[in-house]
Amino acid sequence: MANEKKEWPLWEVFIRAKNGLSHRHAGSVHAPDADIALRHARDTYTRRMEGVSIWVIRSSDIAASDPADAGPIFEPAESKVYRHPTFYVVPDHIKHI
Amino acid sequence: MYTTEMSKNPTQLGPSAAEPPELIEAFEARVANDEFIEPKDWMPEAYRKTLIRQISQHAHSEIVGMLPEGNWITRAPSLRRKAVLLAKVQDEGGHGLYLYSAAETLGTSRDDMIDALHSGKAKYSTIFNYPTLNWADIGAIGWLVDGAAIMNQVPLQRTSYGPYARAMVRVCKEESFHQRQGFEIMMQMAAGTPEQKAMAQDAMDRWWWPALMMFGPPDENSPNTAQSVRWRIKRETNDELRQKFVDVTVPQAQAIGLTVPDPDLKWDEARGHYDYGAIDWDEFWAVVKGEGPVAKERMKARTEAWEKGAWVREAAMAHAAKQAARRQKEAANG
Amino acid sequence: MTANEALFDYALRLGDDALILSQRLGEWCGHAPAIETDLTLTNVALDLIGQAMLLLGYAGEVEGKGRDADKLAFHRDATKYRNCLLVEQPNGDFGRTIARQFIFSTYQRALYQELTRSSDRRLAEIAAKALKETIYHADLAAEWVIRLGDGTEESHERMKAGFEWYWRFVEELFTAEPADAALIGAGIAVDPAKLRAPFDAALAATFAEATLALPKYPRPITGGRKGRHSEHLGHLLAEMQFLPRAYPDAVW
Repeated sequence: MANEKKEWPLWEVFIRAKNGLSHRHAGSVHAPDADIALRHARDTYTRRMEGVSIWVIRSSDIAASDPADAGPIFEPAESKVYRHPTFYVVPDHIKHI
Repeated sequence: MYTTEMSKNPTQLGPSAAEPPELIEAFEARVANDEFIEPKDWMPEAYRKTLIRQISQHAHSEIVGMLPEGNWITRAPSLRRKAVLLAKVQDEGGHGLYLYSAAETLGTSRDDMIDALHSGKAKYSTIFNYPTLNWADIGAIGWLVDGAAIMNQVPLQRTSYGPYARAMVRVCKEESFHQRQGFEIMMQMAAGTPEQKAMAQDAMDRWWWPALMMFGPPDENSPNTAQSVRWRIKRETNDELRQKFVDVTVPQAQAIGLTVPDPDLKWDEARGHYDYGAIDWDEFWAVVKGEGPVAKERMKARTEAWEKGAWVREAAMAHAAKQAARRQKEAANG
Repeated sequence: MTANEALFDYALRLGDDALILSQRLGEWCGHAPAIETDLTLTNVALDLIGQAMLLLGYAGEVEGKGRDADKLAFHRDATKYRNCLLVEQPNGDFGRTIARQFIFSTYQRALYQELTRSSDRRLAEIAAKALKETIYHADLAAEWVIRLGDGTEESHERMKAGFEWYWRFVEELFTAEPADAALIGAGIAVDPAKLRAPFDAALAATFAEATLALPKYPRPITGGRKGRHSEHLGHLLAEMQFLPRAYPDAVW
């Protein structure tokens, strides 16, 4: 427990590789606060021009779905094939649809 | 930089009685199917423990591995070499960081891992307990040590644990320049003045055998290999990787006119591989136990850096707490 | 001193500052308070070594005697080095290293800002590239000064002690050499006296946040720009230059 207080908290790092793309999870760093976390993320994950924008968020602030509930959460979508365009049959001679 | 199984008597791996057989079965099936396991997924305790040990050993190796090369940063013989070496050693630090982060997803803390390293409980790659004595050692480390590491790490990009595999993808991408810069130094020195050539051969003589040892004990003496291969924590055996390394490295040495310090080395036409001489496993186990030539210096450097940094880490936390309190007060005063 | 010699000397000073500080920061590699901090310090060292390569390379061209950046870095004795005394000081603890970085980068930021407008195209180009790096270094150092100054009691004392080591070397940064007058007049070099106000302002702002008292400057110690260095530089160079000096015929 003592460790938890002393250790710099963990931050998740998200990098936008270039404008037009979303930020993507790159990894994590330890840092005492958000400003230093951004600097640590920059020094750790963009040494090779990997990014144009960085987000950091305290790892403990992320709410995540539970893999044990993956069935009830994600499987109901599997039966809703009508959400996909290929579900609908359009004759070949109809164009631009 | 690299790791392999280094505990001679590891904790007994296998299903624990408390773990539901249907969960174990489903887990084994997923892994056998080459699916990735992610942090919050159910996993057997033995798998978790093995991974924490392996990934943290790997991370420790990267961090301790900064020291032998760091030993030459202030003495690099040109500005370009200095910049390259700084960037390379920095990368090793980055790799250690990626790996500690991957291990942390398994529920351990970086501080605990670092404590285990400093107390001698955790191991790191034996190679870093050898000294760097001349500039060609920087070449030899890049070429041979990183070369051996890459052999081991490339298959780990497909390891079953997602965060570890992703860390390895990043590591391998960055590692690709390390081996080349090392070979470039060796090539330059082997073709240089007589003194330079002598340094290059001296480095080759000292680093060859420790590099072969990096792949870990022979398969018949590597108790967890079968389990680890089945769990996709390891993708090829120690001896398979070692042979691969010898086969690609010997022609490289020949091409730049360096002699591999092994009188028994010869091409075996029938096997399609090089045969190599006996490895001194007594030395290997002694170095694993912490009896390497500069093991004490390496640990001293790490613990000193950590202890001397304590006030900095504490100060930054104290400042963050003060700032948070100020913000809270401001918000309350609205 | 001819105009060319003056320009050579000026470029040398800029390059030597960057080189010697990068050499000092390189000593931290593998020994910093946290892995992340290790990467940070190394990034600063890498930026500075890049600046040194450009500036010393240019100095060599200006001199026109066939000396390249490596020749200037590895085959010059301490008395020929033109860096300020500040950058050659030993690292000390992290607090002292940060104090040095704050003073130097804050000064260098102001300097490069001006130098981007130099009438010497090459100096202006190098300054423009280096300025971006230096802004980052100065901000980074300021953030650490604030955290250590306004952290724990111990860190406050260490930060204070770190700066105490350096106050005597500050004046040198803002002092022009006699040969500079012509360069300044021609718009090539920056008049260092102009940099004092932005430096003082940045220092005051950071120190206020860091809860540190403003300095009472002691009698200045100078000499680096003329090749009269502290005892530390000789040792630093002995280490740095060892290989090229011991094996002058070798190419690395």
